[in-house]
Amino acid sequence: MCIPLLQVDVVIPTETKYLDLIGCIGERIAKKVDGFTGDREALAYQLNLVLTEATANAIKHASDDDLQHTVRISIHLHSNALHIKVYDYGQGFDLDTVPIPDFEHPQESGMGLFFIRSLMDSVTYTRQADYNVLEIIKYLK
Amino acid sequence: MRATCENINNFNILTVQDERIDAHNSGELKDTLLQMIARGDTQIIVQLQQVRFIDSSGLGALLAGNKHIVAKSGRFVLVNIQPQVLSMFELTRLNRVFEIYADINDILNNET
Repeated sequence: MCIPLLQVDVVIPTETKYLDLIGCIGERIAKKVDGFTGDREALAYQLNLVLTEATANAIKHASDDDLQHTVRISIHLHSNALHIKVYDYGQGFDLDTVPIPDFEHPQESGMGLFFIRSLMDSVTYTRQADYNVLEIIKYLK
Repeated sequence: MRATCENINNFNILTVQDERIDAHNSGELKDTLLQMIARGDTQIIVQLQQVRFIDSSGLGALLAGNKHIVAKSGRFVLVNIQPQVLSMFELTRLNRVFEIYADINDILNNET
């Protein structure tokens, strides 16, 4: 992996009051991307949303016996892509079993991962030794 | 969540003053809407002019309000939605579920 142009690592307590902070970091990074020819305002909103959803998901899935009580977010900006990793220390879940929302009968929950999958180019969720990592890639054109 | 409530032309208008609706304040928005419906409000307008960001939990809170008021044959209307926020309704096709007006006067003038 080549050295990123920009690297931001943030560790927050598992509290939703920090979602604003994480989302704003995503927006600010979108405005710093050089050579991006797409809709920069849309990219800023998308990164805000994806970071907010991913972090909220990690907070939600943090288990009671999680002694860390933190979520770590790592953002690497490369010349052609943005790599986001969100680490949680909860029990985790199986990404493949998360259904696509029923648009004909919309429910109050279950849209977060749909947003991440729809707006980003690659999404994986893997279990490591003592943590889980949601890895998201957005190619910048 | 910061919001104001007023009554015009038999509509109860909830104006959200926060710029952001996410998992931190969406529960409060849902509670506010359900309290309004529980006290008998049947025509609710949610004004979103100030809201420049909404996440899935915010959409869920609005869906809850819509569901409860439709069950009582009432009206639940969203107005003055910012373009980026509206794109989230379009992505989830919720723009087909909610009654949406570009401007609050569009509905208030139609009802007088």
